[in-house]
Amino acid sequence: MKVAYYPGCSLHGTAQEYDESTRMVCKALDIELEEIDDWNCCGASSAHSTNDKLSVALAARNLALAEKTACSTLTVPCSACFQRLKAADFRIRENAELAREITSLIEMPYSGNLEVLQIIQILARPEIVERVREKVKKPLKDLRTVCYYGCLTVRPPKVTKVGDYEDPMYMDVLMQAVGADNRFWSYKTECCSGGLAMARSDVTKRLSGILLNMADEADAECVVLSCPMCHANLETRQSALLAERRIPKKIPIFYVTELLALAMDIRDVAKLWPKHLVDPRPLLVSKGLG
Amino acid sequence: MPTKEITESQLDSQLVKEVEAKSHTKVSSCFQCLKCSSGCPLSYEMDYLPAQVIRMVNLGLRDEVLKSRTIWVCASCETCTTRCPNDIDIAHVMDTLREMALRSGKAEAEQDMRRFHEAFLSAIKTWGRVHELQMIGTYKLKTRKFMEDADIGMEMFKRGKIKLIPEPIKGRKAVKKLFRKT
Ligand code: SF4
Ligand code: SF4
Repeated sequence: MKVAYYPGCSLHGTAQEYDESTRMVCKALDIELEEIDDWNCCGASSAHSTNDKLSVALAARNLALAEKTACSTLTVPCSACFQRLKAADFRIRENAELAREITSLIEMPYSGNLEVLQIIQILARPEIVERVREKVKKPLKDLRTVCYYGCLTVRPPKVTKVGDYEDPMYMDVLMQAVGADNRFWSYKTECCSGGLAMARSDVTKRLSGILLNMADEADAECVVLSCPMCHANLETRQSALLAERRIPKKIPIFYVTELLALAMDIRDVAKLWPKHLVDPRPLLVSKGLG
Repeated sequence: MPTKEITESQLDSQLVKEVEAKSHTKVSSCFQCLKCSSGCPLSYEMDYLPAQVIRMVNLGLRDEVLKSRTIWVCASCETCTTRCPNDIDIAHVMDTLREMALRSGKAEAEQDMRRFHEAFLSAIKTWGRVHELQMIGTYKLKTRKFMEDADIGMEMFKRGKIKLIPEPIKGRKAVKKLFRKT
């Protein structure tokens, strides 16, 4: 299977370990990723917060470029980019006048025949989960996980087309397939504060603190997620939260693809651990997964 | 919650029409059930709840909504939009109000949020992609908050997560044009 791939700025910067582990896992599962040529930033929250048309145009340029590959599916691992691209796709399909305006702005056609999917939506397809199960060499036995989806993979469902938007299961299914002791909790789709982190770090500390405490309450030893913004917000605030005694302890935050690569015993995944601000190695060693 | 007298002359009947046209959503169908506000993770930081903002748009309290903190602390989590029984896209209304506040020079509250968005977009306008170092630098110059989160920045930098060199795209001109024409 070949799919067009939009990594987005985070995966080339602060979330390199997400990009690398996505590539490792897809290769092992025979999913060929074709990175779209000369992609631009999706505009993230700053574009849609300040200039509606710009936000659709920035995202649409990437959709048009993706259509130039011969692939019928475009996959986006970053939840924020996914939602921006999906929202632009939705708006263009829904509104012919806007579609004309946008294609003239980007000077490229866009037919709207592309299926835009978050990477976890592809990985959680039954046939792929089956493939994952066959490839597990190091079951993540005894590793207590909670899966955290945040906002932008699932909401708003009118745009994302996600059915179980209050209780998504994509990553939970994958964690079960690799043998983790996956826990359920009711904070799967709560907000981590997203793009407020830089200007209002107090808000980020409060919301990520709630999530970390709830993960602890569910007796999880780590959080599994699929969004670079959630990853940064949950990881970078732990030192300060611990110093202020607002969380009981630090816990590693994993991209779901990192744990899949680990379970499939893809050696290179170990190179990603030093990239983490909360070192996952002591936990992994204690579970015989180091 | 702030309370104050409203006189009829303050009410701007054009506001709801303008917001509905720009956000493509029917703000006037709100029946004040408060579902949007009870699920809002940022309501504790807001001067008006999301439902109050919707009500104020319907009433025509233009300056009050455009100058509110609510529109800037909204994290665009889309919980309100997802749960509204009348299918009102409240998150998009928040976007529309932010844009209107900026374009009319009425954006007053939470200046650092505005500065963050400006810094972020200026990096995209230059390179076509975000260059974190430039974005952080621009933001720090605008806010003069040089030391805030410097330790986190350093930890990221040490791990190679913040690059010194930007990643310019070939289509920089095309992207710049999108900024100019929108
Ligand atoms: S959920 Fe919808 S109908 Fe209910 S108060 Fe909010 S905007 Fe109005
Ligand atoms: S999108 Fe904004 S207003 Fe709506 S629930 Fe989220 S933070 Fe609150």
